[in-house]
Amino acid sequence: MRGDSPMNTAVNASPAGVAPALGLGRRITWLLLLPSTLWFLLLLLMPLLVILVFSFGERSSVGGYGGGFTLDNYLALGSRAGAFSNTLVLAPLGTLVCLLVAYPLAYFLAVKVRRNRSLLLTLVIVPFWTSFLIRTYAWIFILGGKGIPALLASLGLEGVRLINTPTAVLVGIVYGYLPLMVFPLYVSLEKLDKRLLEASGDLGASRFETFRRVTLPLSAPGMITGVMLVFILLMGEFLIPAILGGGKVFFVGNALVDLFLQSRNWPFGSALAMTLVALMLAIILVYLKLAARFGGASRDGVL
Amino acid sequence: MWLRSYSTSLYLFLYAPIALIMVFAFNAGRSGLSFQCCSVQWFGRAFGNPFIMEALGNSALIALCSALLSTLFGTLAVFGLQRVGGRVRRFFDALTYCAIIVPGIVIGIATLIAFITLFDLLNPLLQAIDPALPRLRMGFGTVVAAHSLFTMALVMVIVRTRVEALDKALLEASADLYAPPLSTFFRVILPQIAPAILAGFLLAFTFSFDDFIIAFFVAGSETTLPIYIFSSIRRGITPEINALSTVIIAASLALLVASRYLQNRQPGA
Repeated sequence: MRGDSPMNTAVNASPAGVAPALGLGRRITWLLLLPSTLWFLLLLLMPLLVILVFSFGERSSVGGYGGGFTLDNYLALGSRAGAFSNTLVLAPLGTLVCLLVAYPLAYFLAVKVRRNRSLLLTLVIVPFWTSFLIRTYAWIFILGGKGIPALLASLGLEGVRLINTPTAVLVGIVYGYLPLMVFPLYVSLEKLDKRLLEASGDLGASRFETFRRVTLPLSAPGMITGVMLVFILLMGEFLIPAILGGGKVFFVGNALVDLFLQSRNWPFGSALAMTLVALMLAIILVYLKLAARFGGASRDGVL
Repeated sequence: MWLRSYSTSLYLFLYAPIALIMVFAFNAGRSGLSFQCCSVQWFGRAFGNPFIMEALGNSALIALCSALLSTLFGTLAVFGLQRVGGRVRRFFDALTYCAIIVPGIVIGIATLIAFITLFDLLNPLLQAIDPALPRLRMGFGTVVAAHSLFTMALVMVIVRTRVEALDKALLEASADLYAPPLSTFFRVILPQIAPAILAGFLLAFTFSFDDFIIAFFVAGSETTLPIYIFSSIRRGITPEINALSTVIIAASLALLVASRYLQNRQPGA
């Protein structure tokens, strides 16, 4: 932090004659960046590199990694097709249901509510700050044999099974990620200029027309952010299928836990993990391209 | 109006499961799933359980360490990045988003394998230097390190937004008035970004305290609270776990109320 402001956006490239001063400034800069660089290298790049290498390796006879170079792990991915198809159906579906459920609530909070708005908003966020694991297992009570199925049976509707079905997993997803979806939607709807809605009404548009042609496009940034956040987390989901899917509805995450901690097939597990990341990145890239094309001025909304 | 009743029912949807756990914590019976009124014995049992207390202590310490580390390193990095050129900055941005986007489960697996591979290489070396040296193994340190990766990226995003929104005129004014850079930092910059740093710290603490999947892989033989809860609900839900969960929920509510109170006390924070 030599004489100039510490907010300096760039170290001068190569000013002649100020070498000692620049030397100290540089050293401070690198000292500031050293811990985070170390963390990124040792805990992000190196581990990802290691599983990339392992994914082309062979399993040793005692489990773990046995070296070598082979594509067998990737060719064997078909044996886990069930996990992939569950994830690729339930993650996007869960995100969509989340969006549909969250939108009216966010709209209500941002546009309709006048009193107690910040309290109501906090009430949406509170569950998000309480343990995800605890909130998920609470649904075992509700969906399990003595919960809703027992209630339905007393009404004459026997034999309904909810726990350990895709429906249970979907309910858990919507429940778990609803707050995360509501928040970005609320932010973008709250910024929306309410006079535009009045103007649209004054110009003779019906309420539905106003919603479809003014509100919806202007809340696109919030929708894109919310969808991204929820989708990213869902692709790596483990807890919800493990607790509410009971081993019958499993995601790639569950297959990964099984491969690494139970059967200790590291190379195959690594290939599975790499494929999951690649799939996610591909879907996100396509999604952002589409969002940029159809969402118009929505690029500032993403993260 | 239908929108109001829809929203009300969503609030019910959000809170009914939480309320249910709290009610079942006062169960007098032994079964986790059927309710007999009423007893507080399970709270006593939960807090008398040495495994639970150990897990609770581990979780709190891990969360505190990783929150402190990541707020410190993340904030330092934000200021470091203000002083470097576009290329380095873009590289760091890419790494930050990478740390946020890569699923926790993949981070957990990758760190597990990387650590095991690294420790297998280093341990013989360390033993050769001095056989009395402790062996590196998975546990407390590896969980803190792995948690700090994600939370540091989170802190960097939050603090950077605040730093970039700083009023540059104030900083120039401070420099014009011959304030040394360090005192500009402590008296002008820090007060303005403190709320963002605090928010980052709280978020980091909550994430770490709550995380199951990363700790599940890299904790070795250590147990954290989520790991304990997960493995015990696998064996069946007990009123003890409900009592424990009730206390955790109450604690996080208290924290939230406290932070709201603090925020309201500082206008403009």
